[in-house]
Amino acid sequence: MQKNVPTGKRPSKEGYLMFLTVLPFLILSFIFSYFPLSGWIFAFFDYRAPLKLSQCEFVGFKWFVALFANKTQLSQLWQVMKNTFAMSSLGILTSVIPMFFAIFLNEIRNKRFKAVVQTLTTIPNFISWVLVYSVAFSLFAESGLFNSLLQQYGLITAPIKFLDSDKHTYLSMLLWSQWKNVGWGAIMYLAAVAGIDQELYDAAKVDGAGRFALMRHITLPALLPTYFVLLMLSVANFLNNGMDQYFVFQNAFNKNHIQVLDLYVYNIGISGNSISIATAISMLKSLVSISLLCVVNFLSKKTRGEAIF
Amino acid sequence: MKKKRISGSDLLFHTGNYLFFTIFTILCVYPFYYILINTISDNTMSANGLIRFLPAHIHLDNYRQILKLDGLISAAAVTLGRTVIGTICTVLASAFLGFMLSQEKMWKRKFCYRFFVATMYFNAGLIPLYLTMKNLHLLNNFLVYIVPAIVQPFNIILVKTYTESIPKSLQEAAEIDGAGFLKIFWKIMLPVSKPILATIAIFSAVGQWNSFQDTLIYVTNKELFTLQYLLYTYINQANSLATMIKNNTSGTSLNMASLMNQQTPTSIRMTVTAVVVIPILLVYPMFQKYFVKGIMIGSVKG
Repeated sequence: MQKNVPTGKRPSKEGYLMFLTVLPFLILSFIFSYFPLSGWIFAFFDYRAPLKLSQCEFVGFKWFVALFANKTQLSQLWQVMKNTFAMSSLGILTSVIPMFFAIFLNEIRNKRFKAVVQTLTTIPNFISWVLVYSVAFSLFAESGLFNSLLQQYGLITAPIKFLDSDKHTYLSMLLWSQWKNVGWGAIMYLAAVAGIDQELYDAAKVDGAGRFALMRHITLPALLPTYFVLLMLSVANFLNNGMDQYFVFQNAFNKNHIQVLDLYVYNIGISGNSISIATAISMLKSLVSISLLCVVNFLSKKTRGEAIF
Repeated sequence: MKKKRISGSDLLFHTGNYLFFTIFTILCVYPFYYILINTISDNTMSANGLIRFLPAHIHLDNYRQILKLDGLISAAAVTLGRTVIGTICTVLASAFLGFMLSQEKMWKRKFCYRFFVATMYFNAGLIPLYLTMKNLHLLNNFLVYIVPAIVQPFNIILVKTYTESIPKSLQEAAEIDGAGFLKIFWKIMLPVSKPILATIAIFSAVGQWNSFQDTLIYVTNKELFTLQYLLYTYINQANSLATMIKNNTSGTSLNMASLMNQQTPTSIRMTVTAVVVIPILLVYPMFQKYFVKGIMIGSVKG
């Protein structure tokens, strides 16, 4: 009667049963996360949509070579890489904003005002990019709020094309993502601020520290660890801008500067039907992303003594 | 009692600080307010951008007319369906997996945990995923909104961490009473984990409601369009839609009132936007504490 008793090494019957109940989910995870990796094989074939892979020609590294050999392809890819780098770098450069948002919001004494600001500034984070675009359209289209205001006061005669233009694409994309994300990004820092020992402030005040000295020497250092983790994560995601934002804002005018890598893969793969070359690009992208992840993790281990993953 | 003296530089700092946050808050809220007042105002005025602070000639025609739009009802049903079903599925799966992966008795527990968590760090890419869905016959299939989203490693980590923080004696007591692990999960762990499950539910519900990319990539069948996708197409073709509605209603006699409230591209676009955004605006303040809790637990685990 003791065969069901779990001993040190041998798993019990219940242990196997537990595994069996988890198995369906392992299969789901395999199907949607691991199995698609096998699709990378399309990057080595000349795949045409309705055919089976076995009917297509094996072309080896042709697409990878074509990416760099073909002049027009190369210049297009170069532009896409420039856009990707620009958007990601701008994102990293502005990543301190939520932290300072939290530091300054913390200086506000009126609790109710603070709570209202905190609630309302996080709303944009919870709407989709499609809705953001709809908002942008309402405000900045030719018949939108801004053009009608400017025209009413005689500042302009013809409506300005804010959306259908290639001017300041990077800047406007940055501003929209800031609008959407700053309030929410600050929440985590605000919680960290709340965790700071009040006695530190009192002691520093006794020593004659002013407001900015307190911010600089107590609040800021308390937030830096959180900041570094988030910074590392955004470095690891350097190539993954996502495509929702850029897809909804893209049009014939700004295409040149708005196409980031993710959007480019979509545009040529799904819209343009160049399955193989799009796969080749996203494969390269994945490999670079994973290497970045490892590098960042290694750096984090070296400098902070702990891995982020 | 003498009030604490406020120095000049202090006053300047506080004024500037309050001013900044007031302006930023207005920037975050005003666009939504602008859209809402425009949907209930005179459509000609709103088409010219003249409704700015207060609604004028309030009417609800836009909301009535919008129901006649092709596909709106079905898109609302699809969106609602995927939000409810998708959320229930992923919450139950996360709860179950989080609980199971905290059970040391389980065979190959470490392997299973790593198997799930590893998927957070790589991605096959758009095209391979598309082809996978195609092979599974999930293109133009409602299940494409649900099934791929069931296993969410991040949620599993959240539940596992939470389960491990619950005193072991609770489970041991049930085991002594002869309860099997399924019963323990269903009768004890599920109720006990409510706070974390609420957080997961609210995040995945918002995610499902807002999801746009999957429709764009995997769905061409109009009956499976979501509100987000429909909104996107409406923004792009608002002009042609306005003429459509005009033709539909032109059979009846046109009086001044109906002329004033005729649908314009602007009114249609804004009204659909309002329909999509209002649920979020209503739900968010109610559940804010769960959102905040979610990001806090998430940040602990990184």
